Amino acid sequence: MAAGAGLLERLGRLGRFVWSAWAGVAALALLAAVWQAGHEAYGDFILPAPLATLRAAAALLTDPVAWQLLWLTTQRALMGFFLAAAAGTLVGIVAGYSPACLRLARPLLTITLGVPPIAWIVLAMIWFGATDATVAVTILIAATPLVFMGAAEGIATRDRTLDAMAQVFGAGAIRRFTHVVARQLAAHLFPALILALGSAFKVAIMAELLANAGGIGSALARSRSLLDIAQALAWVTLAVAALIVVEYGLIRPVRSELERWREALQPWGVKR
Amino acid sequence: MSAHPSAKRLELRRLGHAFFGRTVLEDIWLTVESGEIVALVGPSGCGKSTLAQIAAGLVEPREGEVIRRYANHAMVFQEPRLLPWVTARDNIGFSLRLAGIPRRQRASRIAEAAALAQFEPDDLGKYPSELSGGMRQRVAIARALAPRPDFIYFDEPFTALDVALKRRMQDLVIAAAQQTQFAALFITHDLMEAVRIAHRIVVLDHAGHGVAGERAIAGAPGTRDDATAFQTVQAMLRHDPAFAHIHDVDERRRA
Repeated sequence: MAAGAGLLERLGRLGRFVWSAWAGVAALALLAAVWQAGHEAYGDFILPAPLATLRAAAALLTDPVAWQLLWLTTQRALMGFFLAAAAGTLVGIVAGYSPACLRLARPLLTITLGVPPIAWIVLAMIWFGATDATVAVTILIAATPLVFMGAAEGIATRDRTLDAMAQVFGAGAIRRFTHVVARQLAAHLFPALILALGSAFKVAIMAELLANAGGIGSALARSRSLLDIAQALAWVTLAVAALIVVEYGLIRPVRSELERWREALQPWGVKR
Repeated sequence: MSAHPSAKRLELRRLGHAFFGRTVLEDIWLTVESGEIVALVGPSGCGKSTLAQIAAGLVEPREGEVIRRYANHAMVFQEPRLLPWVTARDNIGFSLRLAGIPRRQRASRIAEAAALAQFEPDDLGKYPSELSGGMRQRVAIARALAPRPDFIYFDEPFTALDVALKRRMQDLVIAAAQQTQFAALFITHDLMEAVRIAHRIVVLDHAGHGVAGERAIAGAPGTRDDATAFQTVQAMLRHDPAFAHIHDVDERRRA
């Protein structure tokens, strides 16, 4: 009986999640309306109509080569993202527990974030040539500071009274981390991970474009040289779609599973 | 349950502590016997909480030693300190998890502890944010009772509750103590609370320099009527030199 109720509750939450997509559709429709207005004001060459762009994107998707390019970029972005997530989380946790490390890391972070990603791409191209490593290293450098800050904040702002409570009941340092701190860490880490994923896609495409390393970036460069605006916009649309698929398919479900207790705080009816 | 009635469960010997060079505790000697509830009273800022934290092993003392002769301890804090992301049931089960009680046995132990803390079984599925202050503190008490500890530290657990609720919680602790025979160190600044709950009251010096006095209270907790308890408190405050400074509080001088 309890398992049935749990399943029903889970289905209910999934239903609410799907239903909330209407808000997203409404926002996209607004964007399309503004876009259409721009198209009508400036003409087909500067800004093709949203429907024409969608048609171009759909046409691209019938081509297996386009799928390969999309997959290549997604793969690179994900690889860089996972590297950045692992490195940032690990170092962030250490820094969160050690104030001295955090104080040392802050200025370094300012410097890393101050250097534009484009400069890193140039450096990585010199070091690694037009390879996957160039893209991965650039993402690593661009996205790690974001994850690091999220993780360090999560640890540093944890509720220490809960640590003391767990210690009284016999939890050592490791169980205090896994049982008490990890959940508080996740609340800070997930927004940072979503940001990092977005910047991973952006940097991947930028690096591909500059290094001519294949993928969506190279396709964009080709559209630019052919002055094919509809094609370029179609590629941008597909890149955004890939990001949305990864974000809503991978990160948001994990997050909503962890943040279930927050729903109890909200009044009935009004759910995110 | 206890081997013999005079066994010393907790012994503090010549305990001293300092924060950043400022001495907060000095030369404290204290014992708690098996099944005995000792109330530790003193004005705010005299170091009561620090003493409890040292005794429970949360803080390392600068001087002296702590001898613990109990099997396992638990603690009820001034704030409930519940995990906000799990239900009342799992908050109570948290202490069982840490104590290594197998998953199969936890449900019955949670129900047992919730009953001792008079927590409604229907509310076990709620998150802490859905519970009132009194109910949260009941969950905290149930969490402390669940592993069946033979020693419990209470660190001003009912200070934040209103008068009627406070009384009910005190009765609950008295009843639970009679049922499960735990020994306890009960920190409070409320003399009436101390007189109702404890077998013995220990008064900490207002600056933490040793123990100012120790008084056994006639009768067992739970058998004393309100009039006698009130008279005991009045007599202590008026005539007993040990309690002379108990309401001398100048919070501005305490950082």
